[in-house]
Amino acid sequence: MENMTSLLEQAVAAVTAASSVQELDQVRVDYLGKKGPLTALRKGLGKLSAEERPLAGAKINEVIQHVSEQLNARKETLEAVALESKLASETIDVTLPGRGQNLGGLHPVTKTLERIEAFFAGIGYSVAEGPEIEDDYHNFEALNIPSHHPARAMHDTFYFNANTLLRTHTSGVQIRTMETQQPPIRIICPGRVYRCDYDQTHSPMFHQVEGLLIDKNISFADLKGTLEQFLREFFEDDVKVRFRPSYFPFTEPSIEVDIDRGDGKWLEVLGCGMVHPKVFEMSGIDPEEYTGFAFGMGVERLAMLRYGVNDLRLFFENDLRFLGQFN
Amino acid sequence: MKFSEKWLRELVNPAINTQALVDQITMAGLEVDEVAAVARDFSRVIVGEILTAEPHPNADKLQVCTVSDGVDIHQVVCGAPNARAGLKTAYATVGAMLPTPDGGEFKIKKAKLRQIESFGMLCAEDELGLSDDHDGIMELAADAPVGVSLRDYLNLDDKIIDVDLTPNRGDCLSIKGLAREVGVLNKAPVTFVDIQPVAATINDTFSVTLDAPAACPRYLGRVIRNVNMQAVSPLWMVEKLRRSGIRSIDPVVDVTNYVLLELGQPLHAFDLNKLQGSITVRMPVAGEKLTLLDGNEVVLQSDTLIIADENGPVAMAGIFGGKTTGVTAESKDIFLECAFFDQIAIAGKARAYGLHTDASHRYERGVDWQLQQQAIERTTQLLLDIAGGEAGPVSEAVSDEHLPKARTVTLRHSKVNAMLAFEMPAAEIEEILTRLGMQIEPATDQSWTVAIPSYRFDISIEVDLIEELARVFGYNNLPVKLPTLALPFTPNDESKVLVHDLRRTLISLGYQEAITYSFIEAGLQKLFDDQFEALVLANPISAEMAVMRTSIWPGLVKALQYNQNRQQSRVRLFETGQRFLPINDDLVQENVLSGLLSGNRDPESWTGKSQSVDFYDIKRDIEAVLSLGGCLEQYTFVADKHVALHPGQTARIERAGEVVGYVGALHPSLLKKLDVNGPVYLFELRLDSLLQGRIARFSELSKFPESRRDLALIVDETTDYETLRDIAGKNAGEYLKKITLFDVYQGQGVEVGRKSLALGLTWQHPSRTLNEDEINTAVQSVISALNSGAGATLRD
Repeated sequence: MENMTSLLEQAVAAVTAASSVQELDQVRVDYLGKKGPLTALRKGLGKLSAEERPLAGAKINEVIQHVSEQLNARKETLEAVALESKLASETIDVTLPGRGQNLGGLHPVTKTLERIEAFFAGIGYSVAEGPEIEDDYHNFEALNIPSHHPARAMHDTFYFNANTLLRTHTSGVQIRTMETQQPPIRIICPGRVYRCDYDQTHSPMFHQVEGLLIDKNISFADLKGTLEQFLREFFEDDVKVRFRPSYFPFTEPSIEVDIDRGDGKWLEVLGCGMVHPKVFEMSGIDPEEYTGFAFGMGVERLAMLRYGVNDLRLFFENDLRFLGQFN
Repeated sequence: MKFSEKWLRELVNPAINTQALVDQITMAGLEVDEVAAVARDFSRVIVGEILTAEPHPNADKLQVCTVSDGVDIHQVVCGAPNARAGLKTAYATVGAMLPTPDGGEFKIKKAKLRQIESFGMLCAEDELGLSDDHDGIMELAADAPVGVSLRDYLNLDDKIIDVDLTPNRGDCLSIKGLAREVGVLNKAPVTFVDIQPVAATINDTFSVTLDAPAACPRYLGRVIRNVNMQAVSPLWMVEKLRRSGIRSIDPVVDVTNYVLLELGQPLHAFDLNKLQGSITVRMPVAGEKLTLLDGNEVVLQSDTLIIADENGPVAMAGIFGGKTTGVTAESKDIFLECAFFDQIAIAGKARAYGLHTDASHRYERGVDWQLQQQAIERTTQLLLDIAGGEAGPVSEAVSDEHLPKARTVTLRHSKVNAMLAFEMPAAEIEEILTRLGMQIEPATDQSWTVAIPSYRFDISIEVDLIEELARVFGYNNLPVKLPTLALPFTPNDESKVLVHDLRRTLISLGYQEAITYSFIEAGLQKLFDDQFEALVLANPISAEMAVMRTSIWPGLVKALQYNQNRQQSRVRLFETGQRFLPINDDLVQENVLSGLLSGNRDPESWTGKSQSVDFYDIKRDIEAVLSLGGCLEQYTFVADKHVALHPGQTARIERAGEVVGYVGALHPSLLKKLDVNGPVYLFELRLDSLLQGRIARFSELSKFPESRRDLALIVDETTDYETLRDIAGKNAGEYLKKITLFDVYQGQGVEVGRKSLALGLTWQHPSRTLNEDEINTAVQSVISALNSGAGATLRD
């Protein structure tokens, strides 16, 4: 039994001396393996007497268990060390840029359009669209602008022939809606429009969002409230809003809306008014029963104010260095 | 319309300053564009008289003048060629402060110019900020009082107000009309010019016949003889005209222009001795021509009202006079025309000739039909005062039945309140309408009958009156609220893909959204389309924007070119918008989604050198977009040709047999012509197809294992993948789950002209495990079908 004690001491010493999981495995084989001394001792139990056997067996098991525990503990330690060193060797530079594709982005005009659409969708307006090449009737006549009307000069229209033109506003979509649908109507009409004018503040093509609300008992106060609230939401600021009498053949009263963003300067941002009874009549809606308002805004103008863009022409050059600023 | 503030204040003078006045009329709907000082600030500039002007001994272009300030005589060196003895001009004395062009000021000091002393300076208009005129020193009237301050003499402490009137407010295109409006807004009295009839001193008249009485219901004429065309218009008149942007020409033109500004009534003067026979106001006969006062000859359109004498047209009614009968410096006797032309008869006509005149501007917007008598008397009086002469009686040709009728409009109190969401008291309504010059009579206790003044062409229905009430009350004083409405559900078709999602998908794939013009250059358009004849604008803004695009590609390629020229080589762009296809006699305006891909696959990076993009990159992006509706398998790519694309790298994209788009590499010859670096890949897809997706439908998941077999096939290099896939798909039995292509190879080990494709086939049964025999049978069936159908053999 003395050599059991020394065997144990030797085994523990070997476990402690093992400096890697591989060495430790060798120690396990050396001491607990089939050819190891402890296995040999266990095989030798048969030679002992029935009285001696349990005691010796217990002793051997105790040693085996002790060595196993030592081995396991050491293995855990060695594995932890090995893992740590492996992890250390796998350290990377986390400040290197990520791999592969970068994101593109929306055009600032679309970004602005989507915001405007979202505000109005949120209060129950739906989006209506229509053709950009329009007939004279839907662009002018049905809006109370007959061919001789001086207001036509305000429009600088692109023509294909006497009856076909590039729409100067999206109002034609409103007319088409009124022709096919009875009130209540709540729509916005976004899209490209065209006017024959080109400089730093005019583009021959630009975008508009027009809106139309027709229902019973719609008043001038509803129009003012809707647009005032819209402008404050759009600019996310308590902008000062003023309503200035103006003239559009298709609305009466007609209004231009100016805002002051705190610098004391009034900037015109949109036009609007109560739908003219003649427009209702031409589209088959009874103006005694229904009233409504319409409004129209230039998307580029709003985008310029929102993002501080100083030249309208930038929107259509498609310079990636410009477009990328809005991503 | 530009006008002198002082002139307005002669008629109505509310106790508010210029800014307040300007704000007030702007907020009443008469938008002020600009307020400009009549002259810049300057001091100690007086009316001086040049007594002598001698050549400068040391300079060719200078003169040495002696100038009187009314008390003393000063020597002044002057470079203006019009400096001459006897001229009265603007004299800046020593110590005067003059404005500089950059907004500063400088002091006039005693100076020596080429050894000759000069005491002060003689001034041109631009040097005093009066105008941009630098043709010479100012030429003041012969009776200008020497020594008097120029500011006082010319009444320069005045502002020019430029008001941009909307087309409905023709009644404000005169000082009288503006004064009326300012009077209304301020509840201030307005003093109109007292106009008295001028008694005839001769009996001469000139016969006028109204042949088109609907277009011209009233025509007043007056003969005035012995007019002195050399007479000079008085300073006050010249200055008022100048402040409205009108130059003084001769007494007749000046007076008619003055009355136009003062009252809003256009007038025309003929040289009586050049008119033949009598005047007829009529429509032209075919081919009639008229040489206008500006020298241009026009062929008269059949709907243009004209004034004609026995020889033919002498004026375009209400638009422009004729040259041959116009008043000149030699004229002696004149015939004055003061007519009422119907608004609709004149409207739009000037524009049809590319003309726009002060007269047409007013007639188009409506001239007060009760103004002609006053206007002709006022003109006569002013003309006689300035240029002398003897006036004949006013003769009037009139068709009463064609004159506008006095209008009344019924106004309901309830409508006012409903429209404005505000109980406007009856007394206030009556007060505002009265101030506006309307006659009101209560029709019932809840409504009024309102008589509209003859100058308010814009008021004919009830809502016109409500607008006036709102305007005078002040739009910003009216209540504000949000509409209270029912909350309807908005339809939400789940099978529809949103454009928003298409955009977001492409953005995730690295694309930047572009917006290019819908009209492009005709030559560029032709390079991209040999199928459709693009729609041509009749009045394009430039040759670069002349025809309507039949594809977005030209715009995107131009944008690529723009960016490549600015060192941006990796470009991914997309655009959604309409293209315009003239198909037979129809015009199809359809929304499409277009994309462009060029440059490297990945942005420049430390991870290694990136490859240039190829066809399969753009195809991946298209497949991503097509997948959004869940119907990718409905689309097929078919090799095809397109004029703008590489003949070997072009596919037509179909959905259920219908062409929905094209994809391919930009043709190398186009790359060269457009000077862009390739390769460039393009796609264009019809949006209606992209947006139509499906609603997902669940199918039971199998609990049993999948089995996979890989086949390496050798086929002819012209055999396309889809042929193999379709044959395999049809012959692999009903439990085939999917086919994956995992390798394509050509080169060593594969015969020239052949290629190797590796397909992975996966089977799965819904309710049991497939056994080895079943799989092997399916594989054999696929192999033999591929062999007989596509000449495919297994790779060794």
